[in-house]
Amino acid sequence: MTKVLTDARSIRIKGRSFLAVVLSPDLPLDQWLERLDDLAARSAGFFLDRPVVLDVSDLPIKKAELKQLIDDLAERNVRIMGVEGARPSMLGPGMPPAMKGGKPASDVEVTAREPDAESEAEAEVAAQAPQRQEAPQVRAIPQSLVIDEPVRSGQSIIFPEGDITIVGSVASGAEVIAGGSIHIYGTLRGRAMAGSIGNTNARIFCRRLEAELIAIDGIYKMAEDMDSSLRGHAVQLSLEGDTIMADILF
Amino acid sequence: MGKVIVVTSGKGGVGKTTSTAALGAALAQRNEKVAVVDFDVGLRNLDLVMGAERRVVYDLVNVINGDAKLPQALIRDKRLDTLFLLPASQTRDKDALTEEGVERVIGELKKYFDWVICDSPAGIEKGATLAMRHADVAVVVTNPEVSSVRDSDRIIGMLDSKTLKAENGERMEKHLLLTRYDSNRAERGDMLKVDDVLEILSIPLLGIIPESMDVLKASNLGAPVTLSDARSAPSQAYFEAARRLAGEVVPVTVPGEKRGIFGKLFGRKAA
Ligand SMILES: Nc1ncnc2c1ncn2[C@@H]1O[C@H](COP(=O)(O)OP(=O)(O)OP(=O)(O)O)[C@@H](O)[C@H]1O
Ligand SMILES: [Mg+2]
Repeated sequence: MTKVLTDARSIRIKGRSFLAVVLSPDLPLDQWLERLDDLAARSAGFFLDRPVVLDVSDLPIKKAELKQLIDDLAERNVRIMGVEGARPSMLGPGMPPAMKGGKPASDVEVTAREPDAESEAEAEVAAQAPQRQEAPQVRAIPQSLVIDEPVRSGQSIIFPEGDITIVGSVASGAEVIAGGSIHIYGTLRGRAMAGSIGNTNARIFCRRLEAELIAIDGIYKMAEDMDSSLRGHAVQLSLEGDTIMADILF
Repeated sequence: MGKVIVVTSGKGGVGKTTSTAALGAALAQRNEKVAVVDFDVGLRNLDLVMGAERRVVYDLVNVINGDAKLPQALIRDKRLDTLFLLPASQTRDKDALTEEGVERVIGELKKYFDWVICDSPAGIEKGATLAMRHADVAVVVTNPEVSSVRDSDRIIGMLDSKTLKAENGERMEKHLLLTRYDSNRAERGDMLKVDDVLEILSIPLLGIIPESMDVLKASNLGAPVTLSDARSAPSQAYFEAARRLAGEVVPVTVPGEKRGIFGKLFGRKAA
């Protein structure tokens, strides 16, 4: 059976990063859960509307114990969206997916909620709200990541915060994913995905184009869709509407 | 302290075992003490290529488990008394290797030998990662074809991340050994060019070993090619590679081409 595609628009697949709370339990687990209960009692509802990731990187526990821990947490209304640092064999069906590549953010303060303090705080926020809108917009300083060696097959470089510069080639079977633009001072043979968290202005530059796949802001092109006259050239790729445009540089 | 070399590739059947034996015998002929170690537990081959299959009593797994002492398991070559083999076990699998056990055995070998050459199994699993783990130098064996080159690229990435050297923030010394190079096929253009392989992998070239019947003949005789037929083309190439390993500067020639490509290859700065 073949399906006829009537809608020629390409599907956009985007990456997006969210800030999650990370719980790193220690042994013995029952004591750790007691301390968690104590914390929850002091700040009710802290975990309710927050995505929570369970970090078990240095925790010597078995699959059954991990499953029990996740159930124990669910009982306390802590729903785990993903598990970091677990061996793939520890995460069976029905368990949260493995997460990796997390980047540290500042610690989350768990403040005790007292009824009075709460209403006071709310009043304060309300009073500040109009002021906040008038505050000047401060533009974040663009971040960049520089890699001084070739990216080898099987490796992925992911940097949602900004641009990636590679001083070397990107091998077949390797991938580079940037929130901003990608600059490759070498041959691009693998995949490059720029503007991964939604940035239509992102671009890809490479000294020599032999790519397997390129994408900007979720619009992608496979090797076979690329104009063959671009192969082997220094190329700049950018987005115009829903189309990836390519220019040969020098 | 001796140098530990891992001979590795990712892809199977590219010539790791052949090269381990040939380089080992070439270095041993320089009067340096050499141990070749078979890490291909369950699929051992090095004993056959070395012609020692009937002399295996104890193996690497026995030494790791403490069932035998290292000197009991080492087999001295009948032709070269500076060359030794530590065979793998054929009846066990790679899970019989432990990180601590391998570390202890390699540490001990380093004390007695100038060169410890580890013949890695194919793949990127435990056997291959343990074989590379304690190495000082890697010889990446590659055939001039795309799948082999990509697998080698993958292995180079692992050498730079999964080895003790890498974890200590040091740089693993890596060399490319291009094997089974067929000058006729190269001329017809149905093989990757040396330059292209070097550009993709960007590590220095240790040597180019020609495709040759002499290799098969030697392994049927149960001898490293550098021992059985030292004058053959592959032997000459292995001898030169061994000299480069030992730190000598020897120009590389592409088999079938008369002109040296020394300037071209070494003019390129490789990672
Ligand atoms: N230069 C060469 N010319 C001709 N044949 C060769 C050459 N090098 C290796 N071979 C042959 O290729 C085959 C595979 O070689 P070898 O066993 O050394 O590879 P390997 O990488 O150790 O394989 P594995 O991954 O299975 O351990 C053998 O039959 C060997 O004789
Ligand atoms: Mg082998």
